Amino acid sequence: MDQITSILILALPLCMFLLLGIFGNKMSHKMAGILGTLGMGVTLILAYSTAFTYFFSGNELFVDAAGNRLQHLVFDQTWLAFTQHLVIKLGFLLDPISAMMLVVITTISFMVHLYSLGYMHGETGFQRYYAFLSLFSFSMLGLVVATNIFQMYIFWELVGASSYLLIGFYYTKPSAVSASKKAFIVTRFADLGFLIGILILSFYTETFDFMTMTNAPENVLASTGGAVFMGGSVLTWALVLIFMGGMGKSAMMPLHIWLPDAMEGPTPVSALIHAATMVVAGVFLVARMFPVYLMEVTALEIVTVVGALTALYAAIVACTQVDIKRVLAFSTISQIAFMMVALGVARPDIHEGVGYMASMFHLFTHAMFKALLFLGAGALIHAVHSNDYTAMGGLRKYMPVTHITFLIGCLAIAGIWPFAGFFSKDEILVAAFENNALWGVWMTAVAGLTSFYMFRLYYRIFWWNEPDYEHHGHVPHDAPWTMTLPLIILAAVSVVAGFIPFGELVTWSREAYEIHINWTVAGTSIAVAVAAIALATVMYRKENELPDKLASRFKGLWTAAHHRFYFDELYMFITHKIIFNLISRPIAWFDRHIIDGTMDMFATVTNKVSYAIRGLQSGNVQTYVWVYLLGTLLIAAVAVICLV
Amino acid sequence: MDYSQFLAMKQEIGLLVVFLLVFLFDTFMPKKAQGSLSGITCLLFALFTAAGFCPCQLADADAFAGMYVTSPVMVTIKNILNVGVLIVLIQSCRWANSDIQIMRRGEFYELLLVTLFGMYLMISARHFLLFVIGLEAASLPLAAMVAFDKNRYESHEAAVKYILTAVFSSAVFLMGLSFVYGLTGSLYFAKIYEALSVSPESPMLIVALAFVIAGVGFKLSLVPFHLWTADVYQGAPTSVTSYLSVISKGAAAFAFLVILVQVFGTVYSQVWEWMLYAIIILTITIGNLFAIRQRNMKRFLAFSSISQAGYIMLGVIAYNYVGMASMMYYILVYVFSNLAAFGVISAIENKTGLVGMDDYKGLYKTNPRLSVAMMLAMFSLAGIPPFAGFFSKFFIFTGAIQQGSIAIYVLVLIALINTIVSLYYYLLVVKAMFISEDECKVAPFRSSCSERLGLWISVAGIVFLGIVSCVYNYLLELSASSDIFAGL
Repeated sequence: MDQITSILILALPLCMFLLLGIFGNKMSHKMAGILGTLGMGVTLILAYSTAFTYFFSGNELFVDAAGNRLQHLVFDQTWLAFTQHLVIKLGFLLDPISAMMLVVITTISFMVHLYSLGYMHGETGFQRYYAFLSLFSFSMLGLVVATNIFQMYIFWELVGASSYLLIGFYYTKPSAVSASKKAFIVTRFADLGFLIGILILSFYTETFDFMTMTNAPENVLASTGGAVFMGGSVLTWALVLIFMGGMGKSAMMPLHIWLPDAMEGPTPVSALIHAATMVVAGVFLVARMFPVYLMEVTALEIVTVVGALTALYAAIVACTQVDIKRVLAFSTISQIAFMMVALGVARPDIHEGVGYMASMFHLFTHAMFKALLFLGAGALIHAVHSNDYTAMGGLRKYMPVTHITFLIGCLAIAGIWPFAGFFSKDEILVAAFENNALWGVWMTAVAGLTSFYMFRLYYRIFWWNEPDYEHHGHVPHDAPWTMTLPLIILAAVSVVAGFIPFGELVTWSREAYEIHINWTVAGTSIAVAVAAIALATVMYRKENELPDKLASRFKGLWTAAHHRFYFDELYMFITHKIIFNLISRPIAWFDRHIIDGTMDMFATVTNKVSYAIRGLQSGNVQTYVWVYLLGTLLIAAVAVICLV
Repeated sequence: MDYSQFLAMKQEIGLLVVFLLVFLFDTFMPKKAQGSLSGITCLLFALFTAAGFCPCQLADADAFAGMYVTSPVMVTIKNILNVGVLIVLIQSCRWANSDIQIMRRGEFYELLLVTLFGMYLMISARHFLLFVIGLEAASLPLAAMVAFDKNRYESHEAAVKYILTAVFSSAVFLMGLSFVYGLTGSLYFAKIYEALSVSPESPMLIVALAFVIAGVGFKLSLVPFHLWTADVYQGAPTSVTSYLSVISKGAAAFAFLVILVQVFGTVYSQVWEWMLYAIIILTITIGNLFAIRQRNMKRFLAFSSISQAGYIMLGVIAYNYVGMASMMYYILVYVFSNLAAFGVISAIENKTGLVGMDDYKGLYKTNPRLSVAMMLAMFSLAGIPPFAGFFSKFFIFTGAIQQGSIAIYVLVLIALINTIVSLYYYLLVVKAMFISEDECKVAPFRSSCSERLGLWISVAGIVFLGIVSCVYNYLLELSASSDIFAGL
């Protein structure tokens, strides 16, 4: 892989961002859209060729004699060298997961670019939208190819910033503004943990490099010298804090509250950022550091527990939401939690760490079908101008393409053979069962819930009862080709992606590994999924009283789930009532009176002195020379007196 | 005499060639062809600047029995100055071609190139005679340049003030030199160094050192040798002011470092560390205190440049190669930042004649691009990240702290506090341009191509120098391998 290509992969989106950002206003909408899409298209080709070369060329840079894949530094440039150890580098690391992520990001990003041509047609700020998309793509690509944890942190913040910009794209809408702020603040709070984790880790290991850390993780462990802090080893603390950053970005409980609100952004953005790419950054982070996590199993167990709880929680909440994008958002949270659990239960002694492979596999397939679902949702919203499924129903007749592709997406996420989700989810369940039967049963149950809420959504949108579309003035219809083409492509990918021999491409030790489908586990999970789908069919295929009855029967649970188990209220209470009153107010007082007062005093004194000595500058050249001479003599005299 | 030693002076010879070509063109070309004089000068100088970056320049050599020395570090600092001069030349095109100046713009270019030649000698000299020649060549023609706006009263006044102070400071400097000669019996840097390392410090040496510092400190406008600065900067044509504030200062700062280290290195901790210590505190603080009150942009930048010179001196007092590298980097960044500011001022002055800070109120509404350029310049001068000025301040503080003594920590702390004060007055300009609701006195206008080109270069420097880290790393490597600190 030559350096030019790798630099171009990053430089093209960045240049597009600058171009569209600076000169966007002088371009027509069409021009800006086409430019952005073309730029992304070229990046896509470059990324594909990079990934293809990496996986299949057999070049000795990428594969050793035994067939193990190698990590390859395409380049690694020192950017800031503070001291000998404290060196920040910028580079491009090519290994199985980064190559895979390149494919995922550029594919989805390109689809979204193309799709947005239709979806965002005529919006004000169209050029700005494309500029931000490019900025995001650049940041995300930089994140996955980072050679060291600091570079990752830089791009980590950049994706956060671009996500903020895109969520708040409709900045005249108060809900969008507050959603973007919420996303930024919550993820920033998590990143605080991430940063502290980085600092602890690099303090002990004296390096930021991923390769140094992951190729000899025992050195990382040794470097901490068994230091202990509050009952946990320092390394555990560092890893958990780093994971906290991942929790924020990947919307793990209890830091998940921003993701549902982030749906205020344009739907293609939700597909790109809040379903397929940025939100899996946390998973990617843990995967990147995985060998180090293996050194501290406690940290991995925390990952598992957080993932499992989040998966169940999000699945339950998804069953009660009305807004189709919110349903998908909670589904995303739940699916990412699946990936986290897979990482958490992976151990090298279980099927050569099948969980790691399963997690990456699921990341890949999920990106495809979840983007598909979101883009489908976008098409629906575009057609009926509402986010709520109550405004939909019976749409299968009006929007056949959207219907079929959406159904494929639902089948894929439900894990029905032969759709992509089946294969990856099956591997996750295998890994969970092998680790601990509890996790296996737990995750199978969550998978069942997944099938249920997805088909609930599907039936409510495409079947159920048809509202009076004529009455609203227009009949919904399929979107233009720029929007349906990405749907069809992604649907096709969702059908076939499961057959990719992922075990041969991405494993934690980078050795090829053959996937065996464990039919006991797979059979169970399919049975559960089919049962859940059947239940959903009974409840939602035609309009009936059953759902309402059930809801009123379990009123407490239903209301709680509908309100997302009051997490937002809890946060509101903690921040507004406790933190604001007990901490912020006193600090504000201190700031206003003591700190400002001191500063004001400084300012006053400075001003007074400045006023007092203004006479020195008399404009009189004789004085100047006098001062000059006296100054010289004074310096000399003082020096003589002091030093001799 | 071995004439091949002239080949060591590649850059000086190149500069002389440029000078001669410009001179001949100006003198002998027919009137019709004269219109392109500015363009030709810029082009020639650009070629010369580019040639300076040729790796073949990077060699150690000396000439005239060691009076003249060149090395990669010297070449680099000259290159930095060249870049600055190039921007000054580009920015001054419009002024030089204005109706009043057009008949004498040739002299402007020639004087400028001659002073630059003098600065080259100051940097490369390793013998005080050559140094004095350089110093005078770099000082006296400047008086003529300051007086270039013949029909403006302030320009005369400034020139007179400048020449009087310059002559006076030369006298003090020479006086100091004669003391040094009397003490050591030589004017070679190396020989003085040797002689001083045997004989302990004496009151005479201290006085001599004070005089030398005063002489060079005049060029750097260090307090208390700075009083001429504001009047001269205000009175001189803006192009000359920008040249004075940036190029002249950068060259003098580097020469100052060379003298203090290579000649008086042995008495660093006993004598001049403390002299410089006091001077730096005074310079930064007094520069800031006066800058707060200024309402005239040129005068304001004069005081700002005084306090910036104090920061540059931190690189000298650090007394190690990191300090030198950070000083060179600081000068480079300062060149871009200050020239961006002067570029905006001269563009507006050329168009409207306004230079008051109050005239800049609401400028963003009428001339958004100029305002943004000015804002970037102010941010960079104040040291706001991620602009280059932040990094240059950061590195120069790092360099100083590496010296290690507690006194230096205190000095850096004082400098840091002063950056807060400076933030205030730099932001005053930004506030006037962006926040003030007043009707702007400057009508919307389109600046000329040359002005825009100069500003684009400066702004690019401000934005990218901080991020493109290889620049500083390169300077650091260069300094580490240079022999300026080798004898210590």
